Amino acid sequence: MNDQVDYSRRRLLTAATVGTGAIGAAFAAVPFITSWLPSERAKALGAPVEVDASKLEAGQMLKVVWRGQPVFVVRRTKAVLDGLSGHDDLLADPTSADSLQPDYIKGAARARNPEYWVGLAVCTHLGCSPLGAFEPNAPTQLAGTDLGQGWPGGFYCPCHGSKYDISGRVFKSMPAPKNLTVPSYTISGDARIAIGVDETPKTA
Amino acid sequence: MAAPESTEPPKFGTGLLGWIDQRFPLTSLWKSQVSEYYAPKNFNFWYFFGALALLILANQLITGIFLTMNYKPSAAEAFSSVEYIMRDVDGGWIIRYMHSTGASAFFIVIYLHMFRALLYGSARKPRELVWIFGCLIFLLLMAEAFMGYVLPWGNMSFWGAQVIVSLFGSLPVIGGVLVEWIRGDYVIADATLNRFFALHVAALPLALVFLVIAHLMALHEVGSNNPDGVDIHKKKDANGHYLDGIPFHPYYTVKDVMGVAGFLLIFCGVIFFAPTFGGLFLEGPNFEPANPLQTPPHIAPVWYFTPFYAMLRAVPSFAGTQVWGVLVMGAAIVVLFFVPWLDRSPALSIRYKGPLYKIALAIFVVSFIILGMCGLKPPSGIYPMLAKVCTVLYFAFFLLMPWYTKIDSVKPVPERVTGHA
Repeated sequence: MNDQVDYSRRRLLTAATVGTGAIGAAFAAVPFITSWLPSERAKALGAPVEVDASKLEAGQMLKVVWRGQPVFVVRRTKAVLDGLSGHDDLLADPTSADSLQPDYIKGAARARNPEYWVGLAVCTHLGCSPLGAFEPNAPTQLAGTDLGQGWPGGFYCPCHGSKYDISGRVFKSMPAPKNLTVPSYTISGDARIAIGVDETPKTA
Repeated sequence: MAAPESTEPPKFGTGLLGWIDQRFPLTSLWKSQVSEYYAPKNFNFWYFFGALALLILANQLITGIFLTMNYKPSAAEAFSSVEYIMRDVDGGWIIRYMHSTGASAFFIVIYLHMFRALLYGSARKPRELVWIFGCLIFLLLMAEAFMGYVLPWGNMSFWGAQVIVSLFGSLPVIGGVLVEWIRGDYVIADATLNRFFALHVAALPLALVFLVIAHLMALHEVGSNNPDGVDIHKKKDANGHYLDGIPFHPYYTVKDVMGVAGFLLIFCGVIFFAPTFGGLFLEGPNFEPANPLQTPPHIAPVWYFTPFYAMLRAVPSFAGTQVWGVLVMGAAIVVLFFVPWLDRSPALSIRYKGPLYKIALAIFVVSFIILGMCGLKPPSGIYPMLAKVCTVLYFAFFLLMPWYTKIDSVKPVPERVTGHA
């Protein structure tokens, strides 16, 4: 027996043991961390939703739930539609170049059928649900809120005051960075909307 | 141990205590931490709040355990189980109000406790770790309070959770995945409520208790500061006791009992007569069940978060992301950790600091209170501007501290504590 301790050997063995243990602990942590991801059941609840929007009067709004998120369906009045291009100077991203929307959603109307606007009712700031304030030039239509002069009609987020026009386009210098997201959807001639379906409608 | 046993004084007493002391350091712990722990003899009103925070921690733990016996952590049942506790469980209403009022009382006491540290330089060397453990406790307490607020599954619970969890979504690259990971679903849902319950009742309280122990161990290692900010360990009497120190027990245990009596008078008054405290302690919209389709017309967090919430709202989005507001809010907490090193004044206590520090501290307190008020109001009118100004002032207090404490005048710091000599 040798009483001399080989410290470099001790250090190496200790480091190897600690290293092996750490790798083992990291692998053992995997099931705990992944247990927080959306479960298979949560993933399965993503089916498309059908809405009949033909019953909406002009200027009315419907909220439906799709994948647990609220979705706006707004039937726009003629007056609001005519004014859609008239307030680009108020908007942060009037062409929606930096916003989430399917390829077939274009222009100021941001809709497959300009009369019906479909968009996620989820503020792009922190996920609150904006309120509809569709009356143009009526700054006090929401109790306790001053929408300001020249209000074109649109949405107002009560949480942090972000304003959107009626196509869900965000105003300049708002807490929200992007326009409201437009989900993929299809719309038939009689205003049946299928949210979460992506096929382009056949041309008649 | 070479010395013969007969010449040593008996190490342990007789009877049960002696039996225990041979096996567990009961008497020696009691002596070193309580009956022979010498604290400065000039503690004032501001020194009640540490003991009161411990009392509230005990209140939260006990009432919390009893609430879990009737609460159901599922999206379908949570709201009605809370109403069940309030209406049908004997004594349920008072247990819940003790818990909800306790949450607000916790923050009142902690804010005053932290203010005391800013008054008397309690974070300064050698108490940096006491302060850092304290900041960690504050951070965990905010997480604990937030998750507790979600549990009743009222509409404000739901949308509050939606907003706060979405904060993480603004982080670049990982944001989206991170938010899904926290929620366990694509929206705030049953999975979110269930895991918040687990964290609120098990993981976070456990971590809090450990941190409180670490906070106290660090404090008892270096000794308490005092309103004069002088080191009492320098002057000893003939018996080797600190001239300006008195044993924690009985002197400060009795003083703290007095503080507890005063505190309980107010605390019970709130529980009995104003448990919602005009919507500040329990918010009106939270008496409606969670509705994923309808954000309450005006979202405000509970009062103790409003200063930080106002900072979040004060920062506009920039370069296509709203991450800046989140970073500012995070920085408002992170900057606290650096206080021990930001203060460059030779004097610890405000009693011997110059006018610059006094003005700075006053401005800081006023802006913190204004921020708190801004966070309660809708983001329109004068409030967004006011919040922006006060956010700048909040950070100026900390970030300019190395400069103004350095050039500030100082009065001579006495050798010993004053007033009680």
